[in-house]
Amino acid sequence: MNEVRFTLTENARLAPNVYRLRLAGDASAITAPGQFLEITIPGFFLRRPLSVCDWEDRSVTILYRAVGDGTRALAEMKPGKTIDALCGLGNGFDVTACREKTLVIGGGIGVPPMYSLAKRLLAAGKTPAAILGFNTASEIFYKEEFEALGIETILATADGSAGIKGFVTDALPEAFDTFCACGPLPMLRALCSRTEKPGFLSLEARMGCGFGACMGCTIETAHGPKRVCKEGPVFRKEELIW
Amino acid sequence: MVRAAVSLCGIELDNPVIPASGTFGYGYTFAELYDIDCLGTFSFKGTTREQRLGNAQPRIAEAPGGMLNAVGLQNPGVDAVIAEELPRLKQVFHKPVMANVSGFSIEEYVEVCRKLDACEQVGWLEVNISCPNVHGGGLAFGTDPKAAASVTRAVKAAVKKPVIVKLSPNVTSIADIARACEDAGADAVSLINTVLGMRIDLRAKRPLLANKTGGMSGPAIFPLAVRMVWQVYEAVRIPIIGMGGVTRAEDVLELMLAGATAVEVGAANLVNPYACRDIVLDLPQAMQNYNIQNLKDIIGGAHHG
Repeated sequence: MNEVRFTLTENARLAPNVYRLRLAGDASAITAPGQFLEITIPGFFLRRPLSVCDWEDRSVTILYRAVGDGTRALAEMKPGKTIDALCGLGNGFDVTACREKTLVIGGGIGVPPMYSLAKRLLAAGKTPAAILGFNTASEIFYKEEFEALGIETILATADGSAGIKGFVTDALPEAFDTFCACGPLPMLRALCSRTEKPGFLSLEARMGCGFGACMGCTIETAHGPKRVCKEGPVFRKEELIW
Repeated sequence: MVRAAVSLCGIELDNPVIPASGTFGYGYTFAELYDIDCLGTFSFKGTTREQRLGNAQPRIAEAPGGMLNAVGLQNPGVDAVIAEELPRLKQVFHKPVMANVSGFSIEEYVEVCRKLDACEQVGWLEVNISCPNVHGGGLAFGTDPKAAASVTRAVKAAVKKPVIVKLSPNVTSIADIARACEDAGADAVSLINTVLGMRIDLRAKRPLLANKTGGMSGPAIFPLAVRMVWQVYEAVRIPIIGMGGVTRAEDVLELMLAGATAVEVGAANLVNPYACRDIVLDLPQAMQNYNIQNLKDIIGGAHHG
């Protein structure tokens, strides 16, 4: 973790209430896909934890949903503004633990971290495939970006307005040997009950600090209490108690 | 050269800055970020007799000028703290630490305090009778002068180290509680714990916290802390540790002028992990800015003249 003063370079609307934030600054603290930043939004006390969609040495891309007062205020911020953040928080996905054919599965605003995971899996010589789940066609984002990676990208919408009609669990292919997922808890739970394959799941939580101090985000796991912000947000599926 | 050292119950602190319990874990997470020996001391995570998992999620909510928490005293239990946490802390912190203790009965307070009293690393016992986030304990002892005195007396009879009683602001007269603790033998009091609050989720139309209520902390409660430290200073002779919404060196000076001998810093650590280090570093300049040569000289200074 380090504390970084970024410059906002893009804050563009991708879908209803979903924005792409690009930040310029030192991203060296990010070491794995699935990690997150805690960013300061002027006028709000607590920082907001937002997952990394992608990063380079000197830039970070974040996709976020403007859902509360804080993220709605963030959506109003214009390029050129500085944004303070704690960078490189949490334990992300371990690319080396993912086998040859890994499914990366994102539901709604759980899609973003799966993008850099797919990129890193490709860079490690593996052949990932993606399943992206949304409620309806108008909420879809980043489908083209996943396809541009040259990986199989399966789309599912709950109302059938695009791709397969149903949930990501209805779109599981026959052949894969690991899955990584981020999305609503019912989606993660359904995935774990549908497949025996090894799985890694990224959880969301209301956090105080984001770096392990306040115990605000602790969940009970098969191996005792764990902090979503510190031991997580990515957990092996066996660790989770549903 | 200004002097920031103060003395707390006979133990010298290099400076009065103390991370507050529940915002600093058992210290070593912060030691990865900076040398925590720069602190006066710190108060470790509230410890109970048995392991506690704490309350259900969510436990944290934003508030104007601060936050609410309802963690509910999650901790590994006193035996694990002594066996695992304190040895880890010893590697990175070389000063006496403040042991924060919570309980659900007088017997529990006494047992946990006695065990921690025997630990060489522990300098003070901070007895929390003011946690608003657990039921049937904590706050029940902190809102009644007789109950507060009973806990204080029982703990004092069982330990050798200085006993600091941590008080709740959720009372009509905090001065009455402080006086009862002093009469029962407390060596110091610390205040204020968090202020009981609530947020409601507009979409779900239900309380946002699973515990429904939570403790408010952060800069919004700073003036309450100043007022209560002032009132308690008028009521007791024992030292006061002031806390509540402190974020900067100037706040330390203000609470000391109100009557605090030392100052705890809580919520600020959660949004700026370097908050306490920064306050320690800024303190000499802030003292110079206000013509303060020796910090000890300003304790309660606003009451005189």
